[in-house]
Amino acid sequence: MGEIRECLYKICLPELSGGFSGIKLLMSCFFVRTDVLQDELNRTILDSLLDFTRKCSSTRQNSDWTSQMRASEIPTAALMLGVNVPDHDMTFQSLSDMLKQSVSPHVASVQAKECGGKGFRDQSEIILCSPHSPRVHRSMHCSLGILCDWYTARTKKSPTGTPGKKRSSQVRDEQQQPPVVIIFKDLEAFNPRVLQDFILICSQYIDRLPLTFIFGIATSPSTIQHMLPHSVSSLLCIELFQSLSCTQHLATVIDKLILASRIHFKLNGKVMQVLIGVFLYHDFSVRNFIKGLQLALLEHFHSQPLSVLCCKKKQALFNVTQLSKPNLDRIRQLPSFKRYVEKQEAQEQVNLMTDDSHLKEVCQQLIKDLHKYHKNYYPILRCLHTLTSSLPRYPLGKQIRELYLICLAKNVWENEDYQSAMKLVKMLAKGEMVSLLQKCVEILQLSKSKKMKNALTLLEMNESRRAKRLSPFENLRNEALEFIDNLVKSHLSPPESQPLYEVCYYSSSATVRRHLNATPRTSIQAALSNPYYYLQNDSLKSEDGTVSNTAPDICIAYKLHLECGRLINLYDWLEAYSTVVSAAEGNDQDSENFGKVDEVKHARFIRAVSALEFLGFIKSTKQKTDHVARLTWGGC
Amino acid sequence: MTALLQHPGYDEERLKGVAEKLPCREVQAGMLLSLMGQLSHATVSCVECVSIALLFEQVLLSFFGCDAASLLPRSPSLSDFVRVYRQQCSQSPAKQTRYIVMEKAELLRDTDASLLSALLRLQELVEDNVTVILLSEIAWDKFRPNTGCFEPLLLHFPDYSKSELQQILSQNVHPSYSAGFYSAYINILLGVFYSVCRDLRELRHLAALNFSKFCEPLAEGKVKETDTHKLWKHIEPHLKKAMQTVYLREVSSLQWEQMQQMEEEEAGALRGLSAHTHVELPYYSKFLLIAAYLASYNPARTDKRFFLKHHGKIRKTNFLKKNEKTSNHLLGPKPFPLDRLLAIFYSVVDSRVAPTASIFSQISSLVTLQLLAQVSHDDQLDAPKYKCAVSLDFICAIARTVNFDIVKYLYDFL
Repeated sequence: MGEIRECLYKICLPELSGGFSGIKLLMSCFFVRTDVLQDELNRTILDSLLDFTRKCSSTRQNSDWTSQMRASEIPTAALMLGVNVPDHDMTFQSLSDMLKQSVSPHVASVQAKECGGKGFRDQSEIILCSPHSPRVHRSMHCSLGILCDWYTARTKKSPTGTPGKKRSSQVRDEQQQPPVVIIFKDLEAFNPRVLQDFILICSQYIDRLPLTFIFGIATSPSTIQHMLPHSVSSLLCIELFQSLSCTQHLATVIDKLILASRIHFKLNGKVMQVLIGVFLYHDFSVRNFIKGLQLALLEHFHSQPLSVLCCKKKQALFNVTQLSKPNLDRIRQLPSFKRYVEKQEAQEQVNLMTDDSHLKEVCQQLIKDLHKYHKNYYPILRCLHTLTSSLPRYPLGKQIRELYLICLAKNVWENEDYQSAMKLVKMLAKGEMVSLLQKCVEILQLSKSKKMKNALTLLEMNESRRAKRLSPFENLRNEALEFIDNLVKSHLSPPESQPLYEVCYYSSSATVRRHLNATPRTSIQAALSNPYYYLQNDSLKSEDGTVSNTAPDICIAYKLHLECGRLINLYDWLEAYSTVVSAAEGNDQDSENFGKVDEVKHARFIRAVSALEFLGFIKSTKQKTDHVARLTWGGC
Repeated sequence: MTALLQHPGYDEERLKGVAEKLPCREVQAGMLLSLMGQLSHATVSCVECVSIALLFEQVLLSFFGCDAASLLPRSPSLSDFVRVYRQQCSQSPAKQTRYIVMEKAELLRDTDASLLSALLRLQELVEDNVTVILLSEIAWDKFRPNTGCFEPLLLHFPDYSKSELQQILSQNVHPSYSAGFYSAYINILLGVFYSVCRDLRELRHLAALNFSKFCEPLAEGKVKETDTHKLWKHIEPHLKKAMQTVYLREVSSLQWEQMQQMEEEEAGALRGLSAHTHVELPYYSKFLLIAAYLASYNPARTDKRFFLKHHGKIRKTNFLKKNEKTSNHLLGPKPFPLDRLLAIFYSVVDSRVAPTASIFSQISSLVTLQLLAQVSHDDQLDAPKYKCAVSLDFICAIARTVNFDIVKYLYDFL
């Protein structure tokens, strides 16, 4: 992550006009937060894993009757990580760092692709190649026996720990034999044969070498049983560790990075939709989600000059005073600002459009309003979510992100679902209702805005009154709900209704989609049917979708092949090609040589055809030797 | 039994010592001893020796020390090994027979074909007093090389009988209990487990895990040591449960020990490994998997009937071939090309999906998750073939989450 951040800084900082430190601050805050957040999310599971490895190595040294009689199994942690494989790398990285720091210096991670069909030897070699690798005879082949000898020599030689290991001394003291931890990052991808052999060998050394395995499992624990026969799995003592599901993970990320008024950069509904869509439909990867967020952030600061105002309130107000003439004109061009102007009186309209200093003043006020809007928006959103998230059939969604999307799209109170939700809330039992309202009060208490305080007193008053007089409950309930309804109406209007919202909101969903969701096939087709799109050469410009004669050979061949049926006669194709190319060369249509196939044209044609074959548009067919088959639909 | 222990030329004391170490193997141990005498040996596990280089190295290492092993070239051949061996043994000639013991010798079949035959005549090749012993769980007939070879002497170790197991296991008496009590425990244990498990190591492990539970009524003072019936009544359901859980490694032995200390209800909450089968997948991955399942279990010619809106009239008799029906699920998944998978995918998924790179990468991640299996070779980029590797229950559960009635699309259930 760090590298990306630096690299991104380098790209964008020159673009950001003159040292607006607020942006730097926002960006660094944004990046740091994502790092910290991910560490925090993994904290609990990593801690329990650390405990596990410590416990294993301490129980190993017991020598009572039971432990003597028990077959020595290899302690194994099965870590359930979910199918969001791109996220796993970071988890394993911090896991192995933490293990090295506090449990044992001997930690090795193996990946299936590093230990292909050749056998476990690769694996043991990798283990041996870990930073503390033993110096063995050059000619010797690595084996677990050698590893074992090395380990014994090492632990004997330095019972108090070598210099490198002194980071946490009190742990070292109690265990003179730090475990050797092997992390299998992607268990499913391993060749079962290799894994079985490896476990068998390890079990032969387990009494001399304190091994511990950690299996990273993406699907379900039953995979272990599918991969390992009983004779092998009986050598393991498996404990299960379940990590947070990726949707919970996402909810936290959204909660901390998007539904926070302290982060001023926002996404509009469509961009949110794209990012969440990629997550739910394609990869479940929180890391990719955050990357998308970062992309949007950079795009926003890169493409929107007015983004200088997207920072802390103080800084933003100062930046308004520094705005240049072109930027002020840009503000006047903003659709949201135009709407705002139209609502003003005639004289004011003129002032706004002509007087720069007046515009600056108004802008400062508008920026203040925008900040206030955000400050109120999220608490009210959370309130509404607490009230509606437990309703039957979830009219406003189960997750807060669904509600947020609804609110971003349009006035939520005009939504049918909102009305039905409100009806359902009315039908709630008294106890439930009171506890929900109490939760709302807590949320509002957390946000210390002035307006909120008024709301708070009102709500609290409602509650206290309810406690006293239970009989006219319905009246009070209606009152409370009406109050909440009013809150929603006054604070949850979509951001588009706010003047200057473009400053904070990134709205180009198409850009984000194009970057995150690559469509290779569409791009190839675009390149072939409309070469101008990529080459930007004026001679290639053409109307009505035709390909000009001067287009590259492959484009011409492609265009011609589109007109054919499933089977294409190569000779006919060559003739047609040669005619087109001759026309492009400016040969006289009536001359004798027009459209004649010469060697050069023939070679060019063959090259174009084999390129098309390579791209998967055609293939040779056995039905007719001088024909090729089309692999795409259409034509006939 | 003492008669068996007498072999000409051997110290009776030593024979006894061996017999104590290996109970119930007196006959075989005696025979081996009489054949071999003093043992100077190299033990090599064939699982561990993935390459013959490693095997040679280990043999030389244990006979002549690590200097000899380093004389081998980087990837030695059999003749390299013979050369180094001869050279070394001329320097330090054998006073007694040297033995090479090969564990899991059946794995030698997978190596170079000549290796096994060469090992069997190693004595002649290296001109030394050396003997190779092959240990295997497979009958010799099954791995005799077809080129023929020097026939080894066969010594068969029969399975332990129940009484032999009883005798061996009873030796590990818990220090604070009487031998008779422990023997009774072993008897009960074997009564439950003997029908499913004869593995001595595993039985000893199970005995250790469950002994504390067996002693429980004794510690509470309810039962006397001699009251076997009551003890049996107490432990039997417990052992039955152990057979279904810890023996199958549904729960690990550590968890099993914790469960014994917990109350009954709490312990019930602990689920075994195979209870977790639910897999959370992205939306399109689910549909890709459904499409793969349909492609694997439906004959390709029926696709038209299932996925074309206006498939016209297909004659029923023609469509339902008798022998084909209901057999697809018994025969297992069939391979299908990528094109067919995508065609079915686009027709089952309810919205328009752009053919983006992430759709394709989802296919390959399904392969890494082993929910799909790639049938064609990795190198074949053009039209790869796959098989669906999930069960009907699994796919039904997946289909339910996306409201897709998969049974309606399966030829077998039509």
